[in-house]
Amino acid sequence: MNTMKRFGLVLALVGGTAPAVAGDHNYNISDPTYQAECASCHIAYPPRLLPVHSWRALMSGLDKHFDTDASVDPQSAAAITAFLERNAGRKRSSKYSSSAEPVLRITETPWFVHEHDEVPARVWKSPKVKSAANCTACHVDADKGNFSERGIRLPK
Amino acid sequence: MRTFFLVRTVLAVLAILPAVAAHAETPADFLRSFEAAAKREQAGFAGFSTARGEVFYKSTHGRKWSCASCHTRNPATAGRHAKTDKPIMPLAPAANAERFARADKVEKWFRRNCNDVLGRACTPAEKGDVLTYLLSVR
Repeated sequence: MNTMKRFGLVLALVGGTAPAVAGDHNYNISDPTYQAECASCHIAYPPRLLPVHSWRALMSGLDKHFDTDASVDPQSAAAITAFLERNAGRKRSSKYSSSAEPVLRITETPWFVHEHDEVPARVWKSPKVKSAANCTACHVDADKGNFSERGIRLPK
Repeated sequence: MRTFFLVRTVLAVLAILPAVAAHAETPADFLRSFEAAAKREQAGFAGFSTARGEVFYKSTHGRKWSCASCHTRNPATAGRHAKTDKPIMPLAPAANAERFARADKVEKWFRRNCNDVLGRACTPAEKGDVLTYLLSVR
């Protein structure tokens, strides 16, 4: 175990709200407005998993959010956008998209596809998974921003 | 002088109390406001109906989803989001005291969910029917 991982593990053990540490899989999702408004229909997806222009595009189309109306009041929208902008991914853009168009689905980023390339097809098809957006089906503490390897339980 | 400030502070606190209290509402408060709005919109409005509310709740209205798609056909039980599978707490106030307790939440969810289920806003009469049905579920 390298030092960075050890450090990340200690943080994870100390508390669930540990800030994201490069290289580990704990992400900052702790914003009350983001939690209240965005974690009703799905988990609070880690802002770091999309770049800032993706989040802005997503926030400007909440009334048609993947076929549902997810509109929020203007004050909440401003607070959420600010939180997303502060915590968005900053890696080189090819990690997120191969085109100039902002990618809106985390599951369509090259990073996501690469991270999940060893997941067997039967897992994706499991009724307990239902959708690739259902992180908690395998990452049991995903709703707390914890995607560490130790927290993975593939459904039978 | 000090008494004056004290009195003024007490008065100021009393003045904002109704605003604070307004945040905690009951299902009956919403029924009353839906009824008032329905009477304004509909000349012959004759009251809400549990049966009509149940049909509305369980119908897909010619589209993909009904209220029951996520909240289940028994709103006293927990549901799951039809798309993401995320658990949803029961909708019937008898099973979940947080339902129909805050105006901003009620407004937000009717706005979003009516748009998802019907492709339009719900009328006050429809909201009243559904709430009357939900209150009948024990």
